[in-house]
Amino acid sequence: MRLQLPNPGLEDRILSHEELDKLETEEAGSGDRPKWDNKTQYMLTCVGFCVGLGNVWRFPYLCQSHGGGAFMIPFLILLVLEGVPLLHLEFAIGQRLRKGSLGVWSTIHPYLAGVGIASMFVSLMISLYYNTIMAWVMWYLFNSFQETLPWSQCPLNYNLTGLVSECEQSSPVDYFWYRETLNSTPDIGENGGLQWWMVLCLVSAWAVLYICIIRGIETTGKAVYVTSTLPYVVLSIFLIRGLTLKGSLSGVVFLFTPNLTELTNPTTWLDAGAQVFYSFSIAFGGLISFSSYNSVHNNCEQDAVIISAVNGFTSVYAATVIYTIIGFRATERFDNCLGGNILVLLNTFDLPEGNVTESNYDQVLQSLNGTHPEVIQGLNLKTCDLNTFLSEGVEGTGLAFIVFTEAITKMPASPVWSVLFFIMLFCLGLSSMFGNIEGVLVPLQDLGVFPKSWPKESTTGITCVLCCIVGLIFVQGSGNYWLSLFDSYGGSIPLLIIAFCEMVGVVYLYGIDRFNDDIEFMIGHKPNLFWQITWRFVSPAIMLVIFVFYFITKVTETLLYKTWNPESENFPTLEEKPYPAWIYVIIFILAGIPSLAVPGTALFRCLWRKRDRKSEQQELKTVKADIKGLWIVGSKLHIESILPSIGKHNT
Amino acid sequence: MRCLRMLVRILVLLYLAGAPALAQTLCQPNASNGYRVRISIKTALGNQAYEWNENEMFLFRATMAFAMRRYYKTETYNVDNIIVCNQTRRVSFWFVVISPENPTMLIPKADVEKAVSMSRHRINNAFLLTDRTLEFLGIYPTLAEPVNPDTPPWLIVFGVVIGAVFAGIIALLVSSLLQKRRKEKGMMEDGQDEEDRQMKGVENGINLDGIYNRGFTDDDRFTKL
Repeated sequence: MRLQLPNPGLEDRILSHEELDKLETEEAGSGDRPKWDNKTQYMLTCVGFCVGLGNVWRFPYLCQSHGGGAFMIPFLILLVLEGVPLLHLEFAIGQRLRKGSLGVWSTIHPYLAGVGIASMFVSLMISLYYNTIMAWVMWYLFNSFQETLPWSQCPLNYNLTGLVSECEQSSPVDYFWYRETLNSTPDIGENGGLQWWMVLCLVSAWAVLYICIIRGIETTGKAVYVTSTLPYVVLSIFLIRGLTLKGSLSGVVFLFTPNLTELTNPTTWLDAGAQVFYSFSIAFGGLISFSSYNSVHNNCEQDAVIISAVNGFTSVYAATVIYTIIGFRATERFDNCLGGNILVLLNTFDLPEGNVTESNYDQVLQSLNGTHPEVIQGLNLKTCDLNTFLSEGVEGTGLAFIVFTEAITKMPASPVWSVLFFIMLFCLGLSSMFGNIEGVLVPLQDLGVFPKSWPKESTTGITCVLCCIVGLIFVQGSGNYWLSLFDSYGGSIPLLIIAFCEMVGVVYLYGIDRFNDDIEFMIGHKPNLFWQITWRFVSPAIMLVIFVFYFITKVTETLLYKTWNPESENFPTLEEKPYPAWIYVIIFILAGIPSLAVPGTALFRCLWRKRDRKSEQQELKTVKADIKGLWIVGSKLHIESILPSIGKHNT
Repeated sequence: MRCLRMLVRILVLLYLAGAPALAQTLCQPNASNGYRVRISIKTALGNQAYEWNENEMFLFRATMAFAMRRYYKTETYNVDNIIVCNQTRRVSFWFVVISPENPTMLIPKADVEKAVSMSRHRINNAFLLTDRTLEFLGIYPTLAEPVNPDTPPWLIVFGVVIGAVFAGIIALLVSSLLQKRRKEKGMMEDGQDEEDRQMKGVENGINLDGIYNRGFTDDDRFTKL
């Protein structure tokens, strides 16, 4: 006996298979539902949505910090058990019900509309801050068209007597990022005002997004030919360049050296699961929308497998490329460190050049330590260890805007590499933004927020303008802190809840039997045992486990955030501060409102239906009374009309 | 008289013999008016490093004399006015500059510093070295003036990008507007054609010439009640 929750009226809400086939043939040329021009556009759009900035700056860090090559094992296992089934589910349900995320969930059951609304909120929140990252990328891109990159040297101070002290204490790349880009305040409470150069970049980011989504997938489908393929071209160029640099191979070796003991650590599996989940952009609603524009008999199973494979491959490929460059940077730093020490030794002991080299440095140091220990002590030589430099692994914006930009300044022809790198980041982010915005626009249309008569250009335009205005929060002085807040809380917990509800909704409310039949109708064969087991038990279980652990970690951790404070003692190390009390309200709004939208809408609909039923019953009563009254009146009239004839006959 | 002449001769001989010794006493490590120079040829030139020998030292002294000439704008300085001592294997040494008028007087440190700073670029180039590899300990290299363009370059790129994007947006909006208008016009024209056809009595696409016989119009569409 399959577990199936009662779902009355489902048949009335969905199109039957015959109707779908009819729609397919009729809608061949016209119809008001958009369609993909060809399969390539659809695949490129989905690949672009899934492959994003996380593949470039989150996966390499996780890989390196959780045992290198050994991390592939949990990553691949969870990719197969969690990522592929969820992807196939979203593709299939979108293709079958032919609606956006809100429409799909309300069709399956009216009480599930909350899932669609939660998806919309999450997509909206993520769109807001994601495009700010695009604005940062554009700022760096605009600044790359110079012979000497502005982050390669410290600017001079006001008197032209020396370098700016903030820059001298930290480094040119840090200074450019925290001061000249973000103009970061030391505290989230001080907002520092709008930074006009960032406002310009934000406007340009939203403008570029608008022109790509202006007519929906008609324009997006053309844009993805560039935005989804260019990153791979640039990654390959960087790979070739990186492999020719000194020290790149040590970086790659460091990345992939397996440390199997990490597999016993539960956080490794948790991080792998979270990475697979977030990397696939599930529960945003965008994938459901995209697959609903497909033809009914499109092979969604094949698509899901292909896209998962491409996503996994891209993560590994990007990690390799990033670590060739990081290996180069670490080797450069190591050489500088060692070179500095050697120079100090040569100068102190007046030894001729070439006496102390990298190979005999240790021996010479030891012998000198034997003969002149106090002198050596007084020199304060730095310890230079290549592994320390390699494991200065950073993730996120730190990787892209600090570590990688520093490495680029050390490569010959830096502006070229800088332009290529930031164009790649921009394309990666833009293609993800297409999916995010789709997850916002389609539910807004379904909810009827915009009148149907308005053209698509104006609805997308208004959405972009409003999002741009709200996104001004992130271009203030404290914008970086707000962004990490939104990222940690707005984009994490609600998605897990939504994905879990999606699986339960499709498998147990829509009915796995009906779903299997649908897939058989669409692609020609029933989904095999692997899909059955993963959809029904394995994937929901994994989602639940990840959600519980994530929730507990987030709730129990002390809320600290890292700030750039030139006045702190450990400057340039980022100072950790606790969040102020009113931030908790914001966190609740970010994480709580989408999560609570799911049960909230269900409750709301339930109460509305009860009210409707009550008024329905009352109406029924009055209707019955009316009918009775009419019948009485009618029968009276009938008698009266007969009576005269009776009377006539009588007389 | 002869004794006096002999005394003068002895004094001159002593002076000539002792002058270098005197000069040497003027140049000492940590001398108050001297500078220490440190040269790192291998770091700068790698494989193409040259050997530091007496000839190179001669070039150094000549370059320093050139720097002093340039600073004071006179032609009195010579190689002999630059005295070098305490050369080490590291290739580092001390030097002092003596005044050409008075061999016992040293040129003060500040003046030497200014002279070196003024001609630093030329001195470096004479040895194919840089500020870092030809160090005058105590004289800091002057920082290069940053190039400040009038318009920041990023603003130019931004202008180009935003101009292109807005032009594209306007083009797309205008084209969709034109498309809509064309569609509406097309529908109106279709409607007109229909009416004309009815009036002209086109059957099966063939235009029947002739007068429309009003006898067959159905004006009795509504039955009389």
